[in-house]
Amino acid sequence: MNGQLILIPGRSAKQGVGLNKGKLKEEYIRVTTTLEISFEDAAEMGLETADIVKISNHIGETEVQLKVLREGKIPVGYAFIPYGPPSSCLFDGETCSTGMPASKGMTIDIEFVKKGVKKKTALPPKTAVG
Amino acid sequence: MSAATKDDKIVNEKIVENATCTFCGCCCDDITLTVDMDKKVITKAKDACILGKSWFLNHVIEDKPIARIDGKEVPLDEAIDEAAKVLMDAKFPILYGMSDTICEAQRQCAPIMDDCGGTIDTTTSVCHGPSGMAFQGVGEPSMTLGEVKNRADFVMYWGGNPAEAHPRHFARYAVTPEGMFTPNGKDDRTVVICDVRHTKTAGVADIFLQIKPGKDFEFLWILRAACKGVAIPENCKEICGIDKEVAEDLFNKMKNCNYGVIFFGMGLTMTRGRHFNSGALMALATDLNEFTHFVAKPARGHGNVTGADNVVSWQTGYPFGVNFSRGHPRFNPGEFTTVDTLTRKEADAALIIASDPVANFPKPAIDHITSDKCKLISIDTKNTPTSEAAHVSIQTSTYGINTGGTVYRMDDVPISLRPAFDSPFPSDLEVLTKLRKKVNELSKKANRPYATRKYM
Repeated sequence: MNGQLILIPGRSAKQGVGLNKGKLKEEYIRVTTTLEISFEDAAEMGLETADIVKISNHIGETEVQLKVLREGKIPVGYAFIPYGPPSSCLFDGETCSTGMPASKGMTIDIEFVKKGVKKKTALPPKTAVG
Repeated sequence: MSAATKDDKIVNEKIVENATCTFCGCCCDDITLTVDMDKKVITKAKDACILGKSWFLNHVIEDKPIARIDGKEVPLDEAIDEAAKVLMDAKFPILYGMSDTICEAQRQCAPIMDDCGGTIDTTTSVCHGPSGMAFQGVGEPSMTLGEVKNRADFVMYWGGNPAEAHPRHFARYAVTPEGMFTPNGKDDRTVVICDVRHTKTAGVADIFLQIKPGKDFEFLWILRAACKGVAIPENCKEICGIDKEVAEDLFNKMKNCNYGVIFFGMGLTMTRGRHFNSGALMALATDLNEFTHFVAKPARGHGNVTGADNVVSWQTGYPFGVNFSRGHPRFNPGEFTTVDTLTRKEADAALIIASDPVANFPKPAIDHITSDKCKLISIDTKNTPTSEAAHVSIQTSTYGINTGGTVYRMDDVPISLRPAFDSPFPSDLEVLTKLRKKVNELSKKANRPYATRKYM
């Protein structure tokens, strides 16, 4: 139940809404600790929506909750997480003389920690949807 | 949830027409606010998007101290005196942020850093900083969003997700509005999305191009070559994930449109290549002017990050990452940008304005800014991980809701704000003006040679 993926942190509307409610509040923390991966990768690693996983690289590590996306929503081998403190844990400070850290496309290890509480609506369909 | 419930009857109601939402770079200035003046809350934000509604409706006057030193409440002037002392005593003070405040407050910042020989940097350095570097290399084929609305019949989004980051960009400026030369709205436009993920933005596309991650530069260069008559390579799909036929069709649509525009996001600036990616895209837009009118623009994020770049540029000559330690402004991304000065553990004092690096920066930078080697000063409207970690923390009122002023939309168009109601907290402008005065006094006492320099 372990694997390796390429992480693409980014913005999401839910993250923006949570940010306005307060960065120290539950909604923002929940949104920014949700990792999205493809249906295929989840199946290969034996992971399901709501599982708690540890993601790590040579910079740091953090625990997040998994959300498995429908087929085609994210390329196989890639993971998405909204910007926030958990994604920052994995950013390297090297900017290649630009001021901009490489904030997308870092390789992360993913490791199952425990089962989480699953919402019915969060379950992905079993069949492929474009 | 809104700060007021539906059943509450508003006795002292105020309507603010054409208010500006300053959450994202769209700076939509057509919002109608309904304000409960007794409770000091906004109860409705007509025409605002999901982000705008959450921006306005979650704004409440919080019951907390205006100023704190090491967590203990102090008078504002004492906090400002301490902040000025920290900055003047530091060997390598830095100032970072400014994207969520008005231009009038931003213009106080460069003089503060000039007086203490420090470094000024905006959130641009971790946003579209690479695009700013690319502007200097290849120029910017620019426009306003009004031109896009009225003229553009080919609209492309590259490496961005405006459906979630700028939700009204489609309806107000680029995809569905009926323009002077696009009277049928979306029916008169070809909309293309190029991204590594099938995001919500992809739903509005006529053509969705799922590019291989990290291969933006390659595809841009293939299209640039096509502008010069070089055929799209047979192995285009192998190179960047886009079929040769799809690339040819895209290129034909680009050169045969009447007015083309590409908006690009951090999918280009935050990935390998950074300013080369942005530069390649703007060079492509320039090249396409051999065939038709074509422009490109970064889709800027925070409300007034564009204003921060403009203000720092007209004061120092450079948009971000500017150092004053030699008595004149020097620009060098990688040396004077905040992630670098923190990661290398150089900065020993940090003035953070309307920004939250403790939540968003790389871990090595966070480790230093929160350590006892770097004294942290925070000026912000809300409690954030940065304000909570700060040695000096000052709470200010919110621009666009409590205070007026000027912001720049993502297309460099200045907009005046219409505040909804007063706040007991001081404005950023008031705090920074006082801090500038105090730093200037200390600088003159210390006989710093540049303390008498005049700023606009």
